[in-house]
This record gives sequence, C-alpha cells and structure tokens, in this order.
Amino acid sequence: MKLNLKTIALAAAAALTLGSASASAQDEHFVFIYHSPDSDSWWNVIKNAITDTETQIGVTVDIRNPPNGDLGDMARIIEQSAASNPDGIIVTIPDYDVVSGPIKDAIGKGIPVVTVNSGTAEQSAQLGALMHIGQPEYDAGFAAGKRSAGEGATRFVCVNHQINNAPLTERCRGFAEGMGQDFEDQMIDVGADPAEVKSRVEAYLRVNQDIDAILAVGPNAAEPTILALEEMGLAGEINFGTFDNSEAIAGAIKSGTINYAIDQQPFLQGQLSVIALADYVRYGVRIPHNVNSGPGFITKDNIDQIAQFAGKYR
Amino acid sequence: MTDERLKETSALRKLMIRPELGALAGVVLVFAFFLIVAGDSGMFAADGVMNWGVVSAQFAIIAVGACLLMIAGEFDLSVGSMIGFAGIVIAILSVQLDWPMWLSIIAAFVVCMSIGALNGFLVIKTGLPSFIVTLAFLYILRGMTIFLAVATTRQTIIGGVRDVSQGDWLAPLFGGVILKPAFQFLADIGLIDTYVRGTKMGQPVVEGLPMLMVWAIALIIFGHWLLSRTKFGNWIFAAGGDPVAARYVGVPVNRVKITMFIFSAFCATVLATSQVMEFGSAAADRGILKEFEAIICVVIGGALLTGGYGSVIGAALGALIFGVVQQGLFFSGAESSLFRVFLGTILILAVILNTYIRRMITGER
Repeated sequence: MKLNLKTIALAAAAALTLGSASASAQDEHFVFIYHSPDSDSWWNVIKNAITDTETQIGVTVDIRNPPNGDLGDMARIIEQSAASNPDGIIVTIPDYDVVSGPIKDAIGKGIPVVTVNSGTAEQSAQLGALMHIGQPEYDAGFAAGKRSAGEGATRFVCVNHQINNAPLTERCRGFAEGMGQDFEDQMIDVGADPAEVKSRVEAYLRVNQDIDAILAVGPNAAEPTILALEEMGLAGEINFGTFDNSEAIAGAIKSGTINYAIDQQPFLQGQLSVIALADYVRYGVRIPHNVNSGPGFITKDNIDQIAQFAGKYR
Repeated sequence: MTDERLKETSALRKLMIRPELGALAGVVLVFAFFLIVAGDSGMFAADGVMNWGVVSAQFAIIAVGACLLMIAGEFDLSVGSMIGFAGIVIAILSVQLDWPMWLSIIAAFVVCMSIGALNGFLVIKTGLPSFIVTLAFLYILRGMTIFLAVATTRQTIIGGVRDVSQGDWLAPLFGGVILKPAFQFLADIGLIDTYVRGTKMGQPVVEGLPMLMVWAIALIIFGHWLLSRTKFGNWIFAAGGDPVAARYVGVPVNRVKITMFIFSAFCATVLATSQVMEFGSAAADRGILKEFEAIICVVIGGALLTGGYGSVIGAALGALIFGVVQQGLFFSGAESSLFRVFLGTILILAVILNTYIRRMITGER
C-alpha cells in the first residue's frame, strides 16, 4: 500500500513539473545502504535529504541498514540489493574487507555505485565506484586537534560511543596528532546507552583531573557529555569539540559548553549521491571527482543560522 | 491391548505428531507469501536464492547447536559473543602474531570449545540455571573481544586476514566455495546470469556453493542422525525431559549436557571462522544478538523451551523461515525497520501453532 501511495505521489509530482521532466523522469529505483544500527538517530538528516530528493527528481530510494549494526549482516544486505537489480546503489564503507566483495560484485553486475560517508576516496576508487562523497575522517580530526591546541588545550580525552566503528577511531587519532601528541590511551569506550555514556564520562573526569579538552566523536557521545559537564560544574571550563550537529549540540554551542562542532554536512551526502546516480543513469553525466562534504566548523559565530535546522537538515 | 507401547498408530497420526510439522507449514506459507509479493524482484533468481540461502545457512549452523542443547534442557546465551570472540582470536593469532592460519583456526576452536565446556561445568557444578551462567559469558566474552582487539591493534576491526590465509590448507574449508564448474556450466547454458563488466566479466553471479552452506547441511544431517539414530540422542532427550529419572536409569546426564555446551560452542566457532574467512576481517561487534536468533529458529522449529522435545530438522526449517523472511522483506521493498515486528509476529504465531498442534495430537492439557 505504501508503495502504491508513493507511486501515486510521484506520478502527481511528475505531472506537476510538466513536459520537460516527464520525458526523462523514469522513476529509477536506488538503494541506500548504511552501517549503523536502527537506534542511531544521526542518519535522520540523510534520510530527510533523500526523501526530499526523491520527490524533487522523481526516483525511489530504499534505505537499508543492518538492524543490529552487525557488518556481516550489512554485507548480506548489499548482496541482496544487487540481486534485486536496482538502477543504482549508494553504500557506506565502514570496513573495506567486509563490504568490498559484495560491492565489487554489484558493480560487476553492471549496477552503478556511489560511496558515501564512511570510507576513503582511495577505497571508493579501488572498488570501481563512480565517486565518494564524505568527510576525510583523519583530516577532520587533525584540523580539530590543531584548533583545540591553538585554544590552549594540552590533555584531552576522546569520547567514543561506537568503539566498533573504525572511522570514529580515525577521528580520535587525527585529533591526537593534530594536538601534536601520539595516539595512545586517550580514547574511552563509553557504550551506546546515553545514561551509561554520561556516568562513564563523569567517572573518567573525576579520576583524571588534568583533562582540559574533550573530543566527542558524534552526538550520541556529545549529548550525555554536555549533561555530565553541566552536572560537574565544568561547563565552559573544558575545551569541548564534537563531531556532527544536533539540537542539543547547537544549544550547547550557544551557551558556551561546546566550543565547536565539526560539521560533515550529511545533507550533501544524501542529496548529492542520489542526484549523481540519477544524472549518471539518465544522461551519462558523471561528476568527475570526489566530493568532500566536510569538515566545516560550527561555532558561536555562525550557530544562529544553523540552529533552526539542527537534526533535520544540518 | 495391555501394553500401550504396542498400540498401533496410524501413518497420518505419526506424521502429525512430529515436532517439525508446524515449521514445515510455516515454510510453505512463507514461500507462497514471498512468491506473490516479491516474485519478480530477483529474489528467486540465482543470486537472490544464494542471498537468502546463505543467511539461512548462517542461522542453521548456530540453530543446530542451540537445538541439541535446548533438547538437553539448557540454553547458551553466549553464542553471539562467542562468534565475535572466535573471530578476533583467529585474527589476532594469524595477523598480529603471525601464526599459520590453520593453527590459528584450530586454536580458536580449542579455546572456544573449552569455554563451552566451562559453561557446562559451571551449570552442572553450581546448579544455577544455564540462562544466568551463559548470560555472564555473553558479557565476559564480548568485553574480552573488544579488550583484546583494542589492546593489540588500537581498533576493533582487524583486517588483512584474507592475505595471510592465501595458500592455507584449512582456510578454504570454511571460506571457500565448491562445485564451481557446475555453476559455470549453468551460466554457460543461460540458467544463471553472468557479470557484465569488471574483472569477473563472464563469470556466473553465483560463483559456487559456499562452504557456509556445506557446513550447515553437514551439521543438520549430523545433528539429526545423532538425535534420532543413536543411543546418545536418546540420552539427550532423557537429560532434558527429566534429568532425575534419567540419572536413575543410568544416563550420564552431566556428561551429555557438558558435551552439548561444547557442541554449541563448536557451531558458533564454525560460523565465526566462515565469516572471518569470507570477509577477510574480524570485528568485535560480530554476532550481536545471534544467540536469540538461534533460539528463535529452534522454537519456530517446534522445540520446547523446557527441554526434552524438539527436532534438528525443525530447527533447520526454522532457520530457513528466518532467513527467507529477513531477506525477503528487503526484496519486497517493505520498510526495513519493520523487520523486528515481523520477526516477533512470526515467532509468536509459530509457537502458538506448535503448541496447539501438540496439545491436539498428544491430548496433553
């Protein structure tokens, strides 16, 4: 039923855009596959971007992920998508070894593939994908590390809520080296549950009184950390940087608890990947290079414009 | 008739009181459903079949272990963590410590089966429910897996396994494929699609029969034989049905249960090894929640949670239903977040159906 409604909506949209569009809009069917479990809310921005783009250009995009975040299951989903012969696949590369086989097989079947988010441009090219749209994780972490060091930070802790996601570790490594330090034991595994994250950060900060900088690798790490700092009276005392944006993070930037957020602009990853595939499938038009969707820095100076879209489009 | 054991039972009744009947009906229903809603989606093309086939095989491997253990009256909740743990052990030994691959695999089997034995030993010696003991190991093993991975490599994914397994004699037994020429033949006569570009151009989209499936079939056959054709199989039923009565008639209940814990660990390690060999990397988050998926397969297959009743064939059919539903929902284009809703619904329906059939037939109240 849902599918039928969608088709009707698409037909209506196509009818409204008149002549020129209806000649080329063929209701292509794409699949977007990412690696996070269902519980990860960060992907909402990408989902919103995809939903908007679907109606704008007249395609259907199925969004898939392993419900528990098990990458072995993700490989099966890529294989399944290839077997259903879609017009194109958009996929993340959380672990090259696991997903490279299925992705190469999909490309071998003649299905165009765009890689987004996790993974590097080199890996994307090695697979034979059309392009990669994402944020180079190490570089983003490095830039953040330099920034925090420039603001006077000397000893940091990296709060990681998804210890199994390799690119998040790269953020911490980049940050350490951006600060001019070796990456050793500065990363803590705080688990995924917000209450757990908060209590572990509190415990860590109590034991390590000399910490003067925090890097959170995403909103799920940052939001409980904000609460922990407020509760311990350390809000604004510690140099606090985070990856990605959310409503709570935007609020904390305004209040001064968070110094900056590193924005990978996921909206672009959702929108551009769908457009790039549609252009390629319809007209053979191909963006001839990769796109770095980030890093951009969100600070007190530019937060007002960004805050109203936090969690939806930013 | 003075002795009820000599009473004649009709062929139909014999068929109806088999525990796998409900699962068999479920398989028919599930296939009919997806043939209708996803028949033209590629789900029943060669690579589509292979897709849900492999997923079903993954479930079947751990379901066989869980089934025999459940019939023997115990649970193993550490199966999922064991899968992650075994994979990391193999990767650390082979990639980080440069052990030969075959030795790493054997070592992982030894370590994991020892932990299975420890599970069984603790259950027997303490008299605690296996639910609690193996729940402890669910956490211990997952924690150890992350710790070992981070301590040796500073990350939780260890890659490079494919490179070090090149030329190894044992690795293909888990990660390889067989019957390649047969599939090439099927592609040549046009029954299977071929790749249209890239390095695999002209090769069939299904390369061969993955060892994962071979292991699943072999374990199902072995489990079924063990349970229904051997003395040990009778002991398994007896140990789960009524351990006290079983002890009185001389069944070595402790030995049976510990052996089944070891077998459950063996099955988990088989799955872990196959995944590591296929994907070329081990990660600390592999196998999350797989213990419950194994139990779901077994229960759909008609086994009783209380032990003493069940069938390996039923568990295998349960795994098939699980795999077809999980992947079939993707093929049919349903919202993937609904997967768990469907799964829960199927579980409850299967159990109600199984219970209803069993009560009706056996006259049990």
